[in-house]
Amino acid sequence: MSYPDGSPGWLITRHAEAKELLTHKSFSARQEGIISPVPTELQYDGRAADPGAFAKTDDPIHSQYRKLVTGFFTVRRTRQLAPMIERIVHEQLDDLEKAGPGADLVEVFTESVPSRVMCEMIGVPESERKTLQRHVETLGRLSCTVPEALAAVSGMSGFLSRFVPARMDDPRDDLLGDLIRGGQLNEQELMGMAATLITGAFDTTGNMLAMGVFTLLEHPDQLARLREDPELMAGAVEELLRFLTISHLGASRWALEDVEFAGQAIKKGEVVTVALPAVNRDPERYNNPDQLDIGRTDHGHLALGHGVHQCLGQHLARTILRVGYEALFDRFPTLRLTVPGDEVPMRDDFVHYGPRSLPVTWDD
Amino acid sequence: MRITADREVCCAAGQCALIAPDLFDQSDEDGSVVLLEAQPDAGRLDTLREVVSRCPTGAIRIEEDPGA
Ligand code: SF4
Repeated sequence: MSYPDGSPGWLITRHAEAKELLTHKSFSARQEGIISPVPTELQYDGRAADPGAFAKTDDPIHSQYRKLVTGFFTVRRTRQLAPMIERIVHEQLDDLEKAGPGADLVEVFTESVPSRVMCEMIGVPESERKTLQRHVETLGRLSCTVPEALAAVSGMSGFLSRFVPARMDDPRDDLLGDLIRGGQLNEQELMGMAATLITGAFDTTGNMLAMGVFTLLEHPDQLARLREDPELMAGAVEELLRFLTISHLGASRWALEDVEFAGQAIKKGEVVTVALPAVNRDPERYNNPDQLDIGRTDHGHLALGHGVHQCLGQHLARTILRVGYEALFDRFPTLRLTVPGDEVPMRDDFVHYGPRSLPVTWDD
Repeated sequence: MRITADREVCCAAGQCALIAPDLFDQSDEDGSVVLLEAQPDAGRLDTLREVVSRCPTGAIRIEEDPGA
């Protein structure tokens, strides 16, 4: 296929090939070679990633940075964060209760929970959260113009250039404080790292939380199953991740050399995009792939990527989703949409898919 | 059956600790894989195969007993 800028590109829709590509040594995730598979004004114009923005680099640089923070995101560590997450979830649900019956679930709940969690983890003051959220959202919007992006980037870096040095003078007992005390990162790198964590956490989990609620409300049989047997929750979260694949534009890599891949000759510099939603519904990999089945046993989706770049915050996201779905349906057992499902406004021009708003109500 | 886990290759994605928390843990320091049990029961083979297929970096290998 050809990419919007005219250059030849490749699309992977099969599960097995997606896994192979994402672990292939001949393909790079470095920002300077990536071309967007969808039209957007924001092409990277060959610039390398900022220091500390490790997601857009390759090993060994990637793993050098990544290893500094991975200890904070282990399965065990994120489970220990559950009480903090539960507190935030319940505070937001208190707000929801006050606002209704009848409220926008995105505004009061799904958007706020993950960003509040990340802000607590790195010590960003609550007063800055909404502004940062808007910047992240702007940058994730495909129709974002270059001036808009520049404004959002300078808003972000403006905040970080005040916030990071202040914390370096007075490190707290949190993730950022630990990185500062670790002494391995300079100010620029700490800013890049904080930006990566903020952008990685704010938009993704929020959309996933909202899409999951929307989907469960639209599949009452599955929701009823989940209510009957709360043990199904962990599997339900995996299934929702697979079924929804909110990173709907996929993951891209570019060839570092001429290479033969999946029977095709791919030239150096050409970009290959993994169509994650297609891969996660590959009929060669899943039984009834288009069916939501929270009791599914053929797990192993690629919604969080694969290879060394596999989502760093995935267990944190899992915990937020689990606690979020559980508490919401527990406290609002009569939760329902106030508009037909196909009238829910969707964010279809964003890097991450999800509802723009989710009008819901419940019995008092 | 023996499991090996290569900490150099591991990217700390934690699939192993998620799927089989009794066999794998992650270090607090950099999240890399910690093998809790190198010679598990043969009955765990299916779980281990799943861990191997889900590990995003191929850090985990199983050596099956010859003839077993
Ligand atoms: S699944 Fe693989 S990459 Fe992830 S922590 Fe375990 S060994 Fe490391």
